[in-house]
Amino acid sequence: MVVAAALIDPQGDSVPVRYKSEVKNLSFYYGSFSALKNINMPLHEKQVTALIGPSGCGKSTFLRCFNRMHDLYPGNRYVGEIVLHPDNVDILSRAVDPIEVRMRISMVFQKPNPFPKSIYENVAYGLRVRGIRQRAILDEKVEEALRDAALWDEAKDRLNELAFNLSGGQQQRLCIARALATDPEILLFDEPTSALDPIATASIEELITDLKDKVTILIVTHNMQQAARVSDYTAYMYLGELIEFDVTDNIFIKPKNKQTEDYITGRFG
Amino acid sequence: MPLPVTTQSSDVPSRSKSLGYSYRRHLGERAIETLLFLMASLSVAITLAIVVMLVKESIVFFEHVSIWDFLTDTQWTPLFDDAHYGILPLVSGTVVSSGVALLVAIPLGTITAIYLSEFAPFSVREIAKPFLELLGGVPTVVYGYFALLFVTPLLQKIIPGLPGFSLLSAGLVMGIMIIPYVSSMAEDAMRAVPMNLREGSYAMGATKFQTAIRVVMPAAFSGIAAAYILGISRAVGETMVVAVAAGMQPNLTWNPTEPAATITAYIVQVSLGDLPHGSVGYQTIFAAGLTLLLLTLAFNIVGHVLRKRYREVY
Repeated sequence: MVVAAALIDPQGDSVPVRYKSEVKNLSFYYGSFSALKNINMPLHEKQVTALIGPSGCGKSTFLRCFNRMHDLYPGNRYVGEIVLHPDNVDILSRAVDPIEVRMRISMVFQKPNPFPKSIYENVAYGLRVRGIRQRAILDEKVEEALRDAALWDEAKDRLNELAFNLSGGQQQRLCIARALATDPEILLFDEPTSALDPIATASIEELITDLKDKVTILIVTHNMQQAARVSDYTAYMYLGELIEFDVTDNIFIKPKNKQTEDYITGRFG
Repeated sequence: MPLPVTTQSSDVPSRSKSLGYSYRRHLGERAIETLLFLMASLSVAITLAIVVMLVKESIVFFEHVSIWDFLTDTQWTPLFDDAHYGILPLVSGTVVSSGVALLVAIPLGTITAIYLSEFAPFSVREIAKPFLELLGGVPTVVYGYFALLFVTPLLQKIIPGLPGFSLLSAGLVMGIMIIPYVSSMAEDAMRAVPMNLREGSYAMGATKFQTAIRVVMPAAFSGIAAAYILGISRAVGETMVVAVAAGMQPNLTWNPTEPAATITAYIVQVSLGDLPHGSVGYQTIFAAGLTLLLLTLAFNIVGHVLRKRYREVY
């Protein structure tokens, strides 16, 4: 682990801050359009970092750099680095296989997107893709992931049912279980509750808070209250630039930047 | 900033003063609705007329030949003095030639669809699709002679003793002919699978191929099944290729290297005027046609059930 100076440690004591990842001078282009401009920020290990900002500010684009999702479409270009620790490797490098990156960094999408398979097979998908066939291992991992996603009690008697039979909130927890089953190091959430009702949203938020013991989390949200509730660190973005990054409490209580303050207080955005 | 208050509604010239019921508009709407209904009914009416005609003429046939004989007799010789009316030889010819065709069309059509939908770059797809559609536009009689004069001699080099007419040759060419139907429908179904499902798979570390096989194909299952059913219906109903290349002798066989007649080829043969109108022999074509209709109907029902069972839910 890289031990950085305890500059912005939320606990404020002498616990050394560990970076799971560091973003260095990251810019991103859709063709000739510059969607991200020279972003620098760390991702603290086993903490929740929230990305906030008005629509079109590039927060989802930024999130999708972490698992090289932009590689799926032609004409996209990354400049700069996202260094993953402890390997100290730039995951945007051409020498790095995007599939290897996705094996270690999982993602949960805006709209629940379960596969047209049973609940069990949805969770086992990542393991099967990795070539794991032994039933005992699959059973164990599926149960563990469903428990971690707080879905086990509801799903254990219907593992062979089609995933579409679950409610929206349950489907999203299934997608979280799917992402957790492969023991990712970083979990990316792209507005995970924007398609859910308030009760399902509360359960997903609770889950995110519980999960940070296991995994480093980066979450995009358009909901500032959500960022305040679940995150330890918050980054405010505007027009592809990172305006301010700090401990969540600082961002919401005493932002240093006027633009951040205007957005937080609702004068803008 | 307050907007300027708009003028009173009664000042708008295009607005009618009364809110009464407009008979003129109502009648116009009714007339159009009726016309559209009649147009839409036409295809239903024609289908029903065909079924009624087939059933009526078949009843005349079954007054002379028992259904039991029709279904179990192993010979089909309506043109001989010793006439036998067993449909089995024609059914076997149809099943074998269609089976060979599907063994070609389903794998090749599916692979083509997967490639075009999931792998092919835009430029390749733009070139490949028109060519595939061209393949579907070639007249079937051309395929028939392609089978007879090109594929059969080729096969005879591989399988010595293959006769000049064979179900294998006709079936293979029929399969090639059906590929575009299967591939273009299956491709449409796969391309309709939303991108967020694919992204979900990629995000789990899946490769393109794993995504195509494990996520896109199951998601598009009903459309792909419909493509297969369409392919089967095409194969069972195909006439010219088998009439030209498979021979016209009814032959109860499950061996594709033999010549045999299919239901459709037989109907062509009789329609060409070998039998006097109104004779039992002539009536056979209606019984054969009804069998063909029931066969295709059965496949369509299977397709419908599959579609309902594996309905796409995204």
